[in-house]
Amino acid sequence: MNLAYRDVRHNLFRFVLTCLGLSLLMAVVLAMIGIYNGLVADALNIVKAPKVDLWVVESGTQGPFAEASQIPADTRDAVARLHGVTAAGSITYQTIEAPFRGETLRLYVIGYQPGYPGGPETIAEGRGLERSHFEIIADRKTGLVVGDRLRLGRDRFTVVGLVEDTMNSGGDPAVFITLRDAQQLQTQLAPPAQRVLMARGDGNGPSAQSTVAAVIARLDPGANPDSVAQTVRRWKHLGALTQADQEAILLQSVVDRAKRQIGLFLGILLSVSAVVIALIIYTMTMEKLKQIATLKLIGAPDRTIVGLIVQQSVALGVVGWAFGLILILLIKDGFPRRVVLEPVNAAALGAIVLGVCILASGLGVRAALKVDPATAIGG
Amino acid sequence: MSDQPGRAIVEIENISKHFGTGAARVDALRDVDLTVRAGEVVALLGPSGSGKTTLLNIIGCIIDPSAGRLTLDQERVFDDGWLRRDLRRLRLDKIGFIFQFHNLLPFLDAKDNVALVLKMAGKSPAQARQRAIELLDYLEVGHRRDAMPALLSGGEAQRVAIARALANTPRIILADEPTAALDSKRAGIVMDLLRKLAEEQDACIIAVTHDEKIYDRFDTLFHLRDGRLER
Ligand SMILES: Nc1ncnc2c1ncn2[C@@H]1O[C@H](COP(=O)(O)OP(=O)(O)OP(=O)(O)O)[C@@H](O)[C@H]1O
Ligand SMILES: [Mg+2]
Repeated sequence: MNLAYRDVRHNLFRFVLTCLGLSLLMAVVLAMIGIYNGLVADALNIVKAPKVDLWVVESGTQGPFAEASQIPADTRDAVARLHGVTAAGSITYQTIEAPFRGETLRLYVIGYQPGYPGGPETIAEGRGLERSHFEIIADRKTGLVVGDRLRLGRDRFTVVGLVEDTMNSGGDPAVFITLRDAQQLQTQLAPPAQRVLMARGDGNGPSAQSTVAAVIARLDPGANPDSVAQTVRRWKHLGALTQADQEAILLQSVVDRAKRQIGLFLGILLSVSAVVIALIIYTMTMEKLKQIATLKLIGAPDRTIVGLIVQQSVALGVVGWAFGLILILLIKDGFPRRVVLEPVNAAALGAIVLGVCILASGLGVRAALKVDPATAIGG
Repeated sequence: MSDQPGRAIVEIENISKHFGTGAARVDALRDVDLTVRAGEVVALLGPSGSGKTTLLNIIGCIIDPSAGRLTLDQERVFDDGWLRRDLRRLRLDKIGFIFQFHNLLPFLDAKDNVALVLKMAGKSPAQARQRAIELLDYLEVGHRRDAMPALLSGGEAQRVAIARALANTPRIILADEPTAALDSKRAGIVMDLLRKLAEEQDACIIAVTHDEKIYDRFDTLFHLRDGRLER
């Protein structure tokens, strides 16, 4: 007969209630981990989407995500001719607000050249861009559906396709349009003064029509991205980042603060959970001290008493963790931003909870082993 | 049993016990000598605070004497210090406790409360269960064997606790006010039972009591006054 199990069964309602409370706490911790992962995944999504090896950007910048970058549009041809480059495409990024059915959509507009790197990899619904103007592929999170028409700048665009899980690090869903449309849009949306300069064509700032944010390139599997980047850097006004550099920069500059913010909060949450678990288990043991004294009095060995406490706390932790995991898996798709839970996260939390439970039961065990069997007699 | 009647089971020599030191010092027991033999049923009497529970706890190896010698079932266990480390095993094998309040484990039913001590002493689960049920039947609470302690009447719970105390056929049964929670009829039944046990199992029974109605059930009445024993 297992004493821990029998005691739990005797106080089943209370045990289940405690587990439930604990599982809510676990669910919050897991949600936080998921939100954190989602943030990182979303941030890298845009960078990973074009599946390229090299980013050619304005020299001295870490563009086009962490810093603004403008390079001449004809850079693409020069990059495409480089030894080891198999494909290159120009790309622009801008965040705009567009009115749609009485609401304002915040969109992350990606302009690319159909037929070159930079477009969406898989279309979930509808088709890719076929005409050179006024077609749009939108992320499903925008709420747009195929056939919807919306105004961007001065022109009306038609949604021809939908993609999934494409958004920037701020959580704005992405839309794809042709590079040409994107450049036009940029001019239309530029501040008036700059627009005048651009129209005259004699401003110091380069015209949006002739610039792009970056040129992305795919390399031969045998080519070394670093050495190709080195070559590009020797060109005037141009810098180059490998895919690995770009991901590292994004994680560092764009996600880093959010990451630390959430990371710190997660740390606090974990500490709170640990204290709560420890408290629950300690109180659980304290309430049993008289029974433990009785056990000692009737001759129960220490291992019976230790077993009772440790098994119960481990059961509490495991059940709370499992409930929490189930709970978060059930609700995670209801979050407005992506919640990404890897098995390793759940396992790590499980290990932490188990550790906390064992440590906390250590406190209880200490108290239990110290209790005087005479207290069972109480008189 | 192979023991000849009259063999000493509990031998207490010059046992003293004080709590605290200096001004707070309480001398609970002073130079107590006491021998109880197999088959004997003895009572410890005395006013409140005279040291009865303290003496019982010392015999039960629950608290340390301050000085003196203690011999249980022919084994010297204390001589200005414990001579055995596993006092709990000693209790499990040789000593049964009965309290004023039953002290059953609330999460085990009646039979498992009894079976637990049998299992701890090394019986198989089936054997333990079997013997637990026999004991409960013997104490006339067999019909309540599946009940949880909270649902037992005071007398039933007391008899289950007695069954637990007897389970490992202890040599020594220590009872602190065993009948205080019972009416006089049930108190009489419990006393009869203890006597029967002492005789059948060559055990000795030491009970603390304030209950004058049962004084005539004891072989010897020991009086404690301010920590000193008077017969
Ligand atoms: N743990 C302890 N710490 C300090 N003093 C104690 C302790 N236990 C008992 N005493 C003191 O020792 C003396 C004897 O106590 P004991 O409990 O043996 O009395 P008792 O005869 O059982 O009394 P009662 O009839 O009220 O149960 C009392 O003065 C009591 O206050
Ligand atoms: Mg007392």
